[in-house]
Amino acid sequence: MSMKFEFPETCSEGAACGCAESDARPVAVAPAPTDVEHATVNVDPVEVGRRWFLKASAAFTTTILAPGVTLMAFGEADSAHAKPADQPVSAKQRWGLLIDAGKCEQGCKACVTACNEENGIATPKNLATDAQWIRTLQVKNPENGSTFQMPFMCQHCSEPPCVDVCPTGASFRRADGIVLVDRHICIGCRYCMMACPYKARSFVHEPLHDQKPEVPRGKGCVESCTMCVHRVDEGGTPACVEACAKTGNAAMIFGDLHDPNSEIAKRIATYRTTRVRADLGTDPGVFYQNI
Amino acid sequence: MMARITFQKLDDHSSFFWGLLAIHAVVIALGLGAFLYMEHHGHIVTGMNNAIVWGTPHVFAVFLIVAASGALNVASISSVFNNLAYKPFARLSGILAISLLIGGLMVLVLDLGRPERLTVAMTTYNFKSIFAWNIYLYTGFVVIVAAYLFTMMDRSMSKSGAATKTMGWFAFVWRLALTTGTGSIFGFLVAREAYDTALMAPLFIAASFLYGLAFTVLVLLTVCRETRTNLMSEEMIEKFRGLMIIFALSVLYFTAVKHLTSLYAAEHHGVEAFILWNGGIYTASFWLGHVLIGNVLPIVILAFLAGENKVLTGRTGIAISSVLALVGGLAFMYVTIIGGQAYPLDLLPGMEVESSFLDGVVASYTPTLPEVLLGIAGVSVAMLVTGLALKVMPFLPRAAQPE
Repeated sequence: MSMKFEFPETCSEGAACGCAESDARPVAVAPAPTDVEHATVNVDPVEVGRRWFLKASAAFTTTILAPGVTLMAFGEADSAHAKPADQPVSAKQRWGLLIDAGKCEQGCKACVTACNEENGIATPKNLATDAQWIRTLQVKNPENGSTFQMPFMCQHCSEPPCVDVCPTGASFRRADGIVLVDRHICIGCRYCMMACPYKARSFVHEPLHDQKPEVPRGKGCVESCTMCVHRVDEGGTPACVEACAKTGNAAMIFGDLHDPNSEIAKRIATYRTTRVRADLGTDPGVFYQNI
Repeated sequence: MMARITFQKLDDHSSFFWGLLAIHAVVIALGLGAFLYMEHHGHIVTGMNNAIVWGTPHVFAVFLIVAASGALNVASISSVFNNLAYKPFARLSGILAISLLIGGLMVLVLDLGRPERLTVAMTTYNFKSIFAWNIYLYTGFVVIVAAYLFTMMDRSMSKSGAATKTMGWFAFVWRLALTTGTGSIFGFLVAREAYDTALMAPLFIAASFLYGLAFTVLVLLTVCRETRTNLMSEEMIEKFRGLMIIFALSVLYFTAVKHLTSLYAAEHHGVEAFILWNGGIYTASFWLGHVLIGNVLPIVILAFLAGENKVLTGRTGIAISSVLALVGGLAFMYVTIIGGQAYPLDLLPGMEVESSFLDGVVASYTPTLPEVLLGIAGVSVAMLVTGLALKVMPFLPRAAQPE
């Protein structure tokens, strides 16, 4: 039986639009039972009705139970931080990333490709104008010539300059630390792009096609890494982190910075980490090792 | 000798006046066409990109908004500083200030990514944003200056002068706040090395005095041709000449202080070298446009070349200087707004960085025709509004009459 995704809340653009009422995550709903076709004429109508009832009951029960069973069977590890759909995000958590540049393989773009696929972003052709939510920085120390590569994206600051300067409040920081753009009230003034110390934001310069329903975007609006909020709210991890793990490099860790038992918090407590332009006091949620 | 000031509408219908209005109307039509073109295709048809996010339209918009505040100079000197010599021009000063602001705001709004969401910008505020404050400062400016004009033009109110003086003070403080807000749009950008200084506010205020006065003088000289009377006496020309020299000197002073303090810190040597030495078009805009054309030449012309028994008459000298100041003003906005963005952000201080997002390199920007048309249309809107206002209401003085 197929299922379809619907957005039952008032927001018409779905989870990652970032609107204030944006707990409108996609939820699985069963399609309405279809009418039974009476294929033969020699069958007792009562029997048909009984069969229909049994089939419909089975279908209904499967629809209700299967997602839960599947979640229990396969999704337990990932869903550790999933929250009930009717509850707002909480400041008890702060989602963050830890990126070990020492493990980031030179030339690898797995995180970039995964981000583009996950969020419906076309591979950039015009490097100056196309959206790039994540890129790999090639860094060289001019003193000694040493080089390294590091993925770079919105740093999800707790004191985000983009949020400060946004005239309408479209740039906002969720209680759990994820910085988003509310596509409903972004007027496209681009002041946030002027203010961001990380050049993390992109302006949509052209009409868009083939958008992902869970990641709505729009011409004339500003956008940036959402930390795959649509996945995080479902208990998943950002696509870049998942892709990096698949390569075997495992240079990226996602988790709750406020949970002392999380791997990310333990590693940050154990190893020396750096945050980019920490001197600006933006308190980024993205930590780096070996940069 | 005290003189009773009377005012006049432009009621002549010379082909010169209508021709000017027609030219502005055509430019506005072209600008609106450019807006529709950009709106339909997106900003991809402009020279802007993810590094230079504010382009030529912002250069014109900020220039006009800054000039609007300065255009109120003459009215302020009359009402706030009680200098009666300026009073005949106070009404023109007020209406010109409103017109310039409308022109600048139009460009600003039409360059938004989502201009149809203007109502959102007017109803949904984040008060930590200086942009949000500016929306109030700009709309408030129009309302306050309109009320100020009313106190000047209403027969009973203008008699006592108290209401005019009160509104004059209010408008004076408001215009300083407005330009402080406009300068702070840049001053609050902590990560942009070219800005990030509180000096942006006083620098913009000084610049507003200069550009506003230049616009006022040019409009006055233009309408002199229409009224066929000499609206500005030699005495007024002398006063404007002195004011313009002082304003240009103060712009140079704040410019020098901004760059010298920045140069003192080793971390800013890169951005200062870019603006002052090796930044190509931006360095040229700074030295040739802003410093030489916009300030030094007007000072030299007004101080040494124009006046009685000199190479130029005072009138010609101030006309040339005003044009130069405005050209220099556009260059100043260009190097400030676009040059400031072109210099790359310092993501990892001490390291060299490059990426597919063009980190670590000077961003390139070439203005496109639609952007330029939209920007110039802002100037034309300001001039058209002023021209029509002069036609429908008595903003212009007649020659002074003995009391």
